[in-house]
Amino acid sequence: MDQPDQAYIDAVLAGDAASFEPLIAKYSPRVFATARRYARKEDEIQDIVQEIWLKAFHKLASFRGDAPFEHWLMRLAVRTCYDFLRGHQRNREATFTELSEPETDWLERFAADPAKAPADEDAARQLINRLMDQLSAPARLVIQLLEIEEKSVKEISALTGWSIPLVKVRAFRARAEMKKHLARLARDKYL
Amino acid sequence: MEREYLKKTLICAARTIPPDGRVPHGFERRVMARLEAAGLPDEWILWSRALWRAAVPCVVILVIAGVWAMQSQSFSPAADLAQQIENAVLSELNQNLASVW
Repeated sequence: MDQPDQAYIDAVLAGDAASFEPLIAKYSPRVFATARRYARKEDEIQDIVQEIWLKAFHKLASFRGDAPFEHWLMRLAVRTCYDFLRGHQRNREATFTELSEPETDWLERFAADPAKAPADEDAARQLINRLMDQLSAPARLVIQLLEIEEKSVKEISALTGWSIPLVKVRAFRARAEMKKHLARLARDKYL
Repeated sequence: MEREYLKKTLICAARTIPPDGRVPHGFERRVMARLEAAGLPDEWILWSRALWRAAVPCVVILVIAGVWAMQSQSFSPAADLAQQIENAVLSELNQNLASVW
């Protein structure tokens, strides 16, 4: 691992709390990028990241140093984001009836000819965000890590703390859940 | 088939979303302030925590002492012991007194 990281960690564990600040400054962009994949509102994102850092500080003694600090921090970040998702289940939207005009337009173009609706349009990004917001917490986490970030089952197991069979079961259920929501979207929009 | 293609297209769309690692100005100072505040709890909070922790063992000791006191009243082994000691100590004296009479 990076020598500076270990030096800061040792100093924090020895009682110098101020040595934690350079770690926050160094890794916050990565932690914010992770949190923004699971939450949309800026105040919620900041609360999540703050909680991640508070947990990291209090659990720092459990960091053994056999893997990079960043990996340990990312495990903590993913698990905190998952807790956030579980706590905000009720906020999920129920329908696709409130699609914006560009989203509807993109879907209509896709229905007419998929080649005319490229994936790199903002409307497509908004649609997938809307779809992700409707998934249950485990489904959303699995789809994000497995399908979008293209992580392996083993990596997801390490990040989430779930066993490999549990990741596979949740991946199967997540795909089924996504399929169900896509079917509803297709039905609502006559695809 | 079209839905499966829609899914693939949307997943591809998600992959094109660039990671947004913007950090609000002064964020690390804010976290450090929270940590400092959490690291130095109020003296009254420390006392109340200690008292609450002590409350449960105190109640347990009270209950045990109460049960023991109730049982000791019914069997009164302490009274028996005191009587035996008294008899043992005074036995010699009693014998002497009997011989005098």
